[in-house]
Amino acid sequence: MSSRIIISTEINGEPAEFLSDERDSLLEALRDRLGLMGTKEGCNNGNCGACAVLLDGRLVNACLVMAAEVEGSQVTTVEGLAEQDRLIPVQETFLERGALQCGICTPGFLVAAHALLQEHPRPTEEQVRYWLAGNLCRCTGYDKIITAVLDAAERADAPSG
Amino acid sequence: MQDLRYARASSVAEAARLLADGGPTARVLAGGTDVIVQARERTRQITLFVDIKGIPEAVDLRAANGEGLTLGAATPCHQIYGDAAVTSSYPALIDAASLIGGTAIQGRASFGGNLCNSSPAADGVPPLIALGASALIAGPGGERRVPVARFTTGPGQNVLEEGEFVVALEVPAPAPASGARFLRFIPRNEMDIAVVNVASSLRFDGGEVVEACVVVGAAAPTALVVEAAGEALVGSPLSEESIAAAAAAARDAVRPIDDMRGSIRQRRHLAGVLTERTLRDAARRARGEEVVSHP
Repeated sequence: MSSRIIISTEINGEPAEFLSDERDSLLEALRDRLGLMGTKEGCNNGNCGACAVLLDGRLVNACLVMAAEVEGSQVTTVEGLAEQDRLIPVQETFLERGALQCGICTPGFLVAAHALLQEHPRPTEEQVRYWLAGNLCRCTGYDKIITAVLDAAERADAPSG
Repeated sequence: MQDLRYARASSVAEAARLLADGGPTARVLAGGTDVIVQARERTRQITLFVDIKGIPEAVDLRAANGEGLTLGAATPCHQIYGDAAVTSSYPALIDAASLIGGTAIQGRASFGGNLCNSSPAADGVPPLIALGASALIAGPGGERRVPVARFTTGPGQNVLEEGEFVVALEVPAPAPASGARFLRFIPRNEMDIAVVNVASSLRFDGGEVVEACVVVGAAAPTALVVEAAGEALVGSPLSEESIAAAAAAARDAVRPIDDMRGSIRQRRHLAGVLTERTLRDAARRARGEEVVSHP
């Protein structure tokens, strides 16, 4: 029989200790135990990327991680991307470019794009398309998303004033 | 999710004990990209996950000069293609590591998990076989080594006995004037399961091919070493004729099925095409030319 376990971790920069079921996925723990509803459940089998989060800085699908595995780790969800009320560039460019319609895939795309720009600050379009291949969007046709990510890369690059 | 327990092992002995105590429904958790889905969708009965990522040997990555590569069974793909030594000495592994799933899958998925899941279409398996890799297995009876070529025995089946698990993969150091290449055909560019995949390796001596291995995946119950292709290549310089003979041998050897990913006819054709392409690229790598894994 599975049992309740206490998991100590750090979520979006804050220490977090929560009670979870041993059989919970990280996705279930985030949404059902911690009320962090930004991370979406799409396919629940690793194909769609709607539940993308960063685990110790690395892009993963939260549906393919057991909650028990994140003991002692750092998790970043879409809620942790903005600094206070200030959106990060890729969040701004998604809004400006209208890179979303229904919005279910958007948190996953934002987290994945953020991870991409951390690792490749000036990606080519091909790199962006490969990197985001694990995120599915059934509304936009992707072009606006790709453009928003490329725009964000340029913006982050430009001297701030 | 089915009712299951989770345990994290910190040593090989502890994992072996947990697996033995857990019985036949205990399952190793490495990257989890297959087993978590199997547990959730109840395609496999799992009552205990034994997480091996806390075992140093299982998350190892050592590519000492001339001594071969030791790859922890749970070492994730992103760490493999992020490693300069693996990238320069074992590019055929990078070919596979950089196209298994998408970025988020590569953040977790491992060659050990790919091997133990034992899918006929596993992308990690043909390059391991072409490079002559072995699996280091630990269990109640101690350690043993099994060549990756003999590890998988059928779809979803392998040589692991109850309580045993793969700790690491051992890949011999590449010989001088050798090269290997892995390619996969899928209808899109990424995030799909192979219709057919092929890994080939070649070693030259004085312009002649002295060793050759062609491995075709997703075209038989297990990844298939095409012995006749090797025989068609060894003993002469690589030529259009010998490449064509190897491709014909691959087409003859495969025993594919019809399914939603491809027909028997298409898979047979692809086995030949990918054999030719991987052999040309393997020869380029053997000459020291750069062949990029994918864009």
